[in-house]
Parts: sequence; structure tokens; C-alpha cells
Amino acid sequence: MIVRFRNPSLAIGVTIVIAIVVAAIAGPILLRTDPLSIDLANILAGPSRAHPFGCDALGRDVLARVLWGARLSLSISTVVVSTSLVVGSLIGATAALSGGRIDNLIMRGVDIVLAFPGILLAIALAAILGPGLIDLTIALTAMGWTGYARIVRGEVLTLREREYVLAAETLGANKSRLLMRHLLPGVVGPLAVQATFGIGGIIGAEAALSFLGLGAIPPTPSWGNMLDAGRAFLLVAPHLTTAPGLAIGISILGFNLLGDGIAQKVGHRA
Amino acid sequence: MIRYGLRRILALIPVALGVATLTFAIIHLVPGDPVTAMLGETAAPTDVVEMRRQLGLDRPLLEQYVAYLGGLAVGDLGESISYRKPVVRLIAERFPATIELAAAGMLVALLLAFPLGLIAGANPGGAGDIGAMGFAIVGISVPHIYLGPLLMILFSLDLRWLPLTGRGGIAHLVLPSVTLGTALAAILARMLRQSLIRVRESDYMRTALSKGLSPRSALFRHGLKNALTSVVTIIGLQMGALLSGTLIIEMIFSWPGIGRLLITAIGARDYPVVEGCVLTFAMTYVVVNLATDLVYAMIDPRVRIS
Repeated sequence: MIVRFRNPSLAIGVTIVIAIVVAAIAGPILLRTDPLSIDLANILAGPSRAHPFGCDALGRDVLARVLWGARLSLSISTVVVSTSLVVGSLIGATAALSGGRIDNLIMRGVDIVLAFPGILLAIALAAILGPGLIDLTIALTAMGWTGYARIVRGEVLTLREREYVLAAETLGANKSRLLMRHLLPGVVGPLAVQATFGIGGIIGAEAALSFLGLGAIPPTPSWGNMLDAGRAFLLVAPHLTTAPGLAIGISILGFNLLGDGIAQKVGHRA
Repeated sequence: MIRYGLRRILALIPVALGVATLTFAIIHLVPGDPVTAMLGETAAPTDVVEMRRQLGLDRPLLEQYVAYLGGLAVGDLGESISYRKPVVRLIAERFPATIELAAAGMLVALLLAFPLGLIAGANPGGAGDIGAMGFAIVGISVPHIYLGPLLMILFSLDLRWLPLTGRGGIAHLVLPSVTLGTALAAILARMLRQSLIRVRESDYMRTALSKGLSPRSALFRHGLKNALTSVVTIIGLQMGALLSGTLIIEMIFSWPGIGRLLITAIGARDYPVVEGCVLTFAMTYVVVNLATDLVYAMIDPRVRIS
């Protein structure tokens, strides 16, 4: 039987994302191997039946570390994206509804944060805050909120001119009711697209920061610090970089496809 | 065009001031004391006091801020703690390497994106389209920190075609710039394909075809030119990712640029260098953004009016 999907991105994206979430939740429960237990007899051992992804420089099971890394990666990116989403939306809505000088001030602030290219702001903050998961989350959120603020501001400004919103305003709805009942529902589509791409982006950024030694502190397994540790053994044990590298790549791919799929469905480009 | 350019350059001043202020705030206001971080928790109190005085951290914050802005105005970013050299000199020595890497990454991106985008956009849904877009989606997803080591295994450790790390001739530049440019190439190829498909439905393409141009020359002579504006927009938007990508690439390939200077300075708690590098990256980005906007205004006159 051949199943034809009208929206293949959505179908493949959903499948990959569900697979990763299940692996992150159920993986560490099913595979009882301790990701921190050191086994000197298995230093740099290649893949085998006991250790399907091989072992690292301290003989730790790579599969267990990748699965625990998935938990870390997914939980950090979910927390960062939801915080950025809420903070960014509130700031963007405030700007759009206040207008005038407040709007101007807020958008100049957004411009300044956006003047720091890519993960630079997160790197600078993590450098001062020090490594660690909470600091990492703060640094990534400080970098991530601007996109949501811009989307919400832009959408609210256009939606405000719509007749149903004008009608509600004429009938005496106050600003918060206007925002919650009439404006936010219209922004959900573009925000969902941005947030889905955002999770993929934060997975990559978290891995990059941990790779640079500014994120998860070893021995806590994170895909980024696993890749960094594996680099020294590129020639003798390529499986050390392959496993976390593919995990990052497939996760980002999954969320990108899902974002594409949602964008097609709601008719919005991110 | 000149008026537009001048207006944009003037608008740069508040952003630059904001960037300088935010960088200062991150280094000086965020909890975490640089001096204890540098000297360690067990440092003698007299050493801490001495270090604070030396770095000017004992003065009131406002005074420090004014001194910092005054220094910036004359191009003084203070002195590095670990190198005992002016930060400006350290950055000036390494800045060309970073720009070289970013430019090479951009070149790789363009060289890959144009053929892929054209193949895909010329015949949407065909085998070439599926292949090119398959490459694009993988290219966007594979992270630098994995692609770099992968290319190293393949081309320098296994095949021994290219040097592993460091900066030298063109050969040294190949792997770092391919690692840096692949994601951008993928994004640009997708964009080019989309705009070619959109352009195809326009009236001037129909005119070009009905006056007897072959589909291929219509696409090249009329379609590509109009599709270019959206590609330039995306290039501008992706400059940030390209620039911050150099940070990671420089660490992977031991490339002696300011990205590597920044990360090693973070490790060494050399805060004046951290501050200077962050500022340099952000200011470079601001200037590059301005340049892309000006190029855009030159290609598309409609931009200048609004």
C-alpha cells in the first residue's frame, strides 16, 4: 500500500520528533546502563552487543550518554523556547498596543540585542555567568526572545486594523481582553512555526555552547560536550563523534521539517 | 541613493552606542566577580584589592562606563591580563583571519547555492529538484560541530588531501570554509528555488516566453535577476549566523582569528579581551548589515523611497 502525504514535511517531521521524545523519555528507563559508570576494560571500545554505540575514553557507554543527552537537550530547548515565547510575546504585544515612544524604545532594544550575531550574546553571558545548566538556560533565553517579540508586534499591528478587532474595541473591550480574546489567537500560527524552528535552533546552540565548554559541565552527558571530548579520538574512535553528531543533526532535521510542515499548514512562512 | 546611505549611516550611531552599553553591562553588571574568578576563591584580599585597582574596577560604575566609552572613541579597549598587550593590538592581529574565513565561507555558500538553486528552480518536482533540496535540508540540519570533525576524518586523516588544522595557504582554508558555508548554501539554494518558482508566474516572464525566448534564456535573463533581490535579503539575514559560525569553526580548526581569541580569553578569565572581542564581533555585524542594506538599495530602487 502506498500512502501519499499531501504534506510530507509534516509527516516526516512529526515522526522524527516523536521518535526523539520517546527515546529521551523511555530510553534511559529501558536501557539501565549508567551513563557515568567508568569501565577501564572498555576504553574506546567499538560498537558491540553489550555497547551498541561503543564506549568513550573512560569506558562509559555511548548509547546511554546519547540518550541522557537527549533528555538534557530536549528539556533545555523546551524551557528556553517556552520562556522566550512568553517573554517575547508579552514584550512584543506591549510595544504594539502602547505605540509611540514605548514602542520605539522597545524596538530599539530589540535592535540592539539583534546586533549581536547568532550565539554571540549567549556566549558572552555564559562566559560571565559561568558554565552550568541554569546559566546556560538564562543565556540562551536572553538571546532567543527577540524573534517572538517581533512576530507578535508585527501581527498585532496588522490584526488591530481588522474589523472584528475594531468592533470589539468599539464595544468597550479593554486592552488585556482585546489581547487575550481577539489578538493572540490570530498570532498562534506564526508563533507555532517560529517556536518549532526555535527548538531546533536551541538544540544546536546548546550543543555549540557545551562544545565550547560553556554549557553542561562534564561528566553530565550533553551532545555538545560529547562531541568535544570525542574530537581527540577522531582517528581511533570515530564513533565517539558520530553518535552525538547524528543525534544533533537528526533532531534539528526533525524540528526543521516539522516547522516547514506547520508553516505549510497554517500558510505562514517563518 | 547618497541621501539614503547617509540616513542609514546616521541611524547606525544609536545602535552602536547601545551595543557598547550592553557589552559593558554584561561584563560589569551580571553577577559573577571577574577578579575572584581570575585569582580564585582563595586569593589574598590584598591581591584582590590590587587587581581591582589595576583594572579600574574600584571606581564607581558610572565613572568606569564613561572611561570605557572615552576609550572606545579613541580606539582603546584596555589591556589584556594574560597577554599584557593592548586588546586592540591582539584583535587587529587576528581580525584579518576571521574576515578571511567568513569571506571564504560566503564564497563556498554562493558557489554551492547557485547551481543547486537553479537546478531545483528550473524544473520543480524533477529529479534534480529532489536531489538539490534533499542536500539542502541535510545541509541546514548538520551542525558545524559535527560537520567539521566529519570533514577532518574524511579529507585529512583518511584521504590525506588537506591539512587538518591551522591557517596557511588555500589548502588550509578549504575544510573550515566548507564547514562554515554549507548551512548558508543550503538556505540560499532553497530561497533561490522559491523565488525562481514565484518569478516564473509573473507577467514579464510570460512576455519573455511569448516573444520567443527559450525557457532557459528567459529564466537566466529575466528570472534570475529578479530572484536575486530575495537572495540578497537572506544573505543579509544570515550574516549573523555566518559570523558567529566562525567562532565555532575557529575552535574546531585552530584557526587564529578573534573567535578563538574570545573563547580562549573566556577560559583564561581575561575579561578585557572578552569585552573587546564581543564588541568587535557585534560592530562588524552592524557594519556588514549596513553594507548589505546599501547593496540591496542599489539593486532594488524601491527600497530607497520608503
